[in-house]
Amino acid sequence: MIDKLHGLYPEMLLFLATCTVLVIGLSRSMKLRRMAGPICTLALVGAGVLAYTTGPGSVSDSAVRNLAVYGKLITAAVGLLLSLLLLGVVDRDYEDQVATGRAPFDAARSIRAEFWAFFLFSITGLMLCAGSEDLIWLFLALELTSLPTYVMVTVSTPRERSMESGVKYFFLGALGAAVFLFGFAFIYGGTGSTDFRQITESLRAQSASPEGINPVAMTGLILSVLGLCFKIAAVPMHGYVADVYQGAHASVSAMLAFVPKAAGFFALILLMGCVGWGADGNGMLPSPLSELIALIAVLTMTVGNVLALLQTSIKRMLAYSSIAHSGYMLVGLVAGPGGAGESITRSGIAAMLFYLLVYGITSVGAFAVPAALERRAPDGHLDEPDAIEDLRGLRNSHPTLAWVLALSALGLMGFPPLVGFFAKLPLFTSAWSSHNTVLLLVLAVNSAIGAVYYLRLVNVALISSTDTPSSFTATPFRSRAFAGYIAAAALVVMAVIPMTDPAAVAGRYFPIAGKLAVPSAPAPTPAPTPAPAVAEPVAAGEQAG
Amino acid sequence: MDFLLILILIPLIAAALVPFVPRKSAAYPIALAGTLLSAAVGVVAYFQHDWLTPSAKSDAFAQSIAWMPKMGLTFSLGVNSVSGLLIALTLLLGPICVIASRTAITERVRTYYFWLLVLQAAMVGVFAARDLVLFYIFFEFTLIPMFVLIGVYGSTNRRAASVKFFMYTFTGSVVALAGLVYVAFQHAAAHKGVWTFDIDALAITARGMSFTEQCWVFAAMMAGFAVKVPIFPLHTWLPLAHTEAPTAGSVLLAGVLLKLGTYAIYSFVLPFVPAAAFHFAPLIATLAVVGIIAVGLVCWVQRDVKKLVAYSSVAHLGFCMLGMFALNITGLKGSVLYMINHGLSTGAIFLCIGMMYERYHTRSMDEIGGLAKKMPVWASFMVFFAMASVGLPMLNGFVSEFLCLMGAWQASDAWAASGLAFGTPGVLGPRFAVVAGTGMIIAAIYTLYMVGKVVWGPLRTPGGDHGHGDHGAGVHGAGAHGALPADLSAREIGVLIPLAACCLLLGLYPKPFLSAIDASTRQTVAVVAGGHAAHVSQSLTAQRVLPASAATAEPVKQVTQ
Repeated sequence: MIDKLHGLYPEMLLFLATCTVLVIGLSRSMKLRRMAGPICTLALVGAGVLAYTTGPGSVSDSAVRNLAVYGKLITAAVGLLLSLLLLGVVDRDYEDQVATGRAPFDAARSIRAEFWAFFLFSITGLMLCAGSEDLIWLFLALELTSLPTYVMVTVSTPRERSMESGVKYFFLGALGAAVFLFGFAFIYGGTGSTDFRQITESLRAQSASPEGINPVAMTGLILSVLGLCFKIAAVPMHGYVADVYQGAHASVSAMLAFVPKAAGFFALILLMGCVGWGADGNGMLPSPLSELIALIAVLTMTVGNVLALLQTSIKRMLAYSSIAHSGYMLVGLVAGPGGAGESITRSGIAAMLFYLLVYGITSVGAFAVPAALERRAPDGHLDEPDAIEDLRGLRNSHPTLAWVLALSALGLMGFPPLVGFFAKLPLFTSAWSSHNTVLLLVLAVNSAIGAVYYLRLVNVALISSTDTPSSFTATPFRSRAFAGYIAAAALVVMAVIPMTDPAAVAGRYFPIAGKLAVPSAPAPTPAPTPAPAVAEPVAAGEQAG
Repeated sequence: MDFLLILILIPLIAAALVPFVPRKSAAYPIALAGTLLSAAVGVVAYFQHDWLTPSAKSDAFAQSIAWMPKMGLTFSLGVNSVSGLLIALTLLLGPICVIASRTAITERVRTYYFWLLVLQAAMVGVFAARDLVLFYIFFEFTLIPMFVLIGVYGSTNRRAASVKFFMYTFTGSVVALAGLVYVAFQHAAAHKGVWTFDIDALAITARGMSFTEQCWVFAAMMAGFAVKVPIFPLHTWLPLAHTEAPTAGSVLLAGVLLKLGTYAIYSFVLPFVPAAAFHFAPLIATLAVVGIIAVGLVCWVQRDVKKLVAYSSVAHLGFCMLGMFALNITGLKGSVLYMINHGLSTGAIFLCIGMMYERYHTRSMDEIGGLAKKMPVWASFMVFFAMASVGLPMLNGFVSEFLCLMGAWQASDAWAASGLAFGTPGVLGPRFAVVAGTGMIIAAIYTLYMVGKVVWGPLRTPGGDHGHGDHGAGVHGAGAHGALPADLSAREIGVLIPLAACCLLLGLYPKPFLSAIDASTRQTVAVVAGGHAAHVSQSLTAQRVLPASAATAEPVKQVTQ
């Protein structure tokens, strides 16, 4: 029991910080109240350090046992950027009134404490997801990740559309949760356990038997995948994404683009790790899971990219782009880990984990641009730029933000030499390694489709000019733009300094050996026959010359 | 000395300085200094290597820095005579483009020179890269500067042009990347899972792939590179991009960026998938010939001078591809030389048109004519470069065009059997050369027609001292127009003279260039012939295994070495 707690130090620290924030966020002293955001940032730094130093607590023997540390680290890293981005989102006008003495401070009216506490709860949930070893743990962690975000969306702006998207998000989220909970129940029914280790052994035994995986368990797995599609914003559960991202404040949208998505992907990796790639010797997930996820990947990429083409709102465009990126990452899930100890070039899991980090950073950069700008609407509320047209002439009014937007758009496009390219490249290589030619071609074509709308952002940022000066001014919360700068700088720096090793370690897959002889790696493709005939004419040519 | 790294870094450092100069007038000298310094380093580098020693390896100034060892990426550079020549062309055009932009660009000057310098670095990088992913990175990275140069500084329709240019190339090259990664994967599978993107190592692996795999990789690579060349049905982005781009953009686009496609085909497609290249050579050559004729006819009906020259680039690159896919030494030499010559003469014509446009703000043949009377110096240069472009003997275009046609002619079975053409099985034949030769006549017709309209005949200018037509968002300020003399200024003449000198040199004495590229082309031909021979012998073996099918199959022709 104690060794399990040892691995939960980061989460515990975050929980302590959550309680602190919850208390001081309601303090009568404005100075204390203002500390809520910075405390979150500090707590995330501490959690990252703890996750790095303590490592996995219990010696987990699940199939993807290195996921926990990496998952917690990238959660802390992206969460850090998000905590900078979320500064000043709620209670802005109310605090102004209190500061100028126009309103007394009323703890019941203030929502700052809840907002930051929910943020940390959600991050904690994500970290718990990465380290989960049990279906029930996983379900609770997933819900801990998601439930706070429903509230955060709703309170993120005073406008009605936030309320609307919060409600939409909540009901559809509940539906998604119901679907995968139903699936978890079937998995329990089909394997007799909620513990990943035992589920793994049971599923291996089943797939080794002539009947294959128990239909009950398979139903459970399929339902779980479909339910988790909600978390990762994949087709067919993608309907809410655009509305919710648009209705929420851009900073909260940035959080939605990473936190629930990462939770969904961690859960998918853990569940598929139980099923195992290559149980039937070909390095693939068993049928029909493999086909199902491949189909979802193809649809998600295509639907996301094609619908993103039609958008005029930057947040809706980024929402659809977020759907498309989920599709790219699913390619890695289909490709599988490629055997124990493989490098990132062959391991689709490592590729998708690295992609997840890069996508998180890049999307923070992209959302930081609308989040860092604001305008007082006629009705007194603060608005952020929503239409892409609002950003026209950005290079004149806010040149650095224009560069952040351009770099983020190019990063999302996967344009070399930014790190987005080096994140996409392992997806390509792992798809080839696992012989998923169709997926690879769809990925390539979709990268090209995606370029069209990312190019519009580059265009708006770097090329377009306008005669009328922009009505948007920089928000006084400079940390939001700062988060964008960090993200943009990271896109460049990470391309020069390779940072794929942790992902490669995290994506390492340990087929549970001993009880069952499971073929671990796909048989390497037959080496191309060397053609000695090629060399001879060269020599002949030199002589003739 | 790490000349190649220095050549990449100089423009980048200059580019990094440009945004921070206090006055925008200071951007020009920095850009000029950066490009001139690059050119000077290039000249120094030229004397550090013996280019005439036959060597096909890209090992001049080779250097390699570990970059992402886990993914097999290295930052490795190196040149051979072919890529060296193309780098020389880039270095020559760099300062010329900067000088030519001095009066044309009056707004957003710093951004302009920033991207021009970045483009310069990327172009050198493409030709110098010896790692496939590094090559791809530079190849793609040329898109962003060009996207901005066209999108900001172009004429009326610049937005559409820049997006179309970007999307065509990006889409194609993503597919090409998939093909290249497949080769790298095959290499890793054959080498215990160790990934590398080293071009020479991958070429050996790629040649060992089965014929079907080669065909697919060929298709994927050509999807990327044929767009860039452009080969006939994929050329539609080019006239728009060329016409809308600012002068320096057109010069670099025609001069260097199109050569990225031909260079990539020469250095990757042919050595990687020789059997497939051999198999598809007639198809590509047919497309090239169709392009020469059809686009030549399209040129004839153009009213916009710049558009005419833009279309003519498609026709010219058709000759280049025809020579390349003749797959013999004559054709390949002509093709490589054509890359340089087209860069010189078409680049120069774009410069001339830009100078005319700065004065009259029109490119329409209906509004302008007889400029020889007003601008005799300009007219002489224009006629000179037009002649170089159509292939007048003694000028550069003739040599390469003739070699390309001769290569296509010689690539016939009869020549292969005669043993006169070394290592070349016949792929094309006289009919390709004859039809393409007709294209030369069409080229002469449309070029002379354009020259006749614009240079000779009665004087026609678009009236008044203010230009009309399309002003690209005030990029062409009225001030620049007023400051220009009626005929060319010393600066403009200075820009054109080096190009004219190169045209003459390459036309009168191309021998050193031909012997420098001899070893490389010879090796490529040998590789292609060898790849084809291996494919033939494999299919012969297959037929022996299956006697039933061998009885019906027609005898496969044996390749003469």
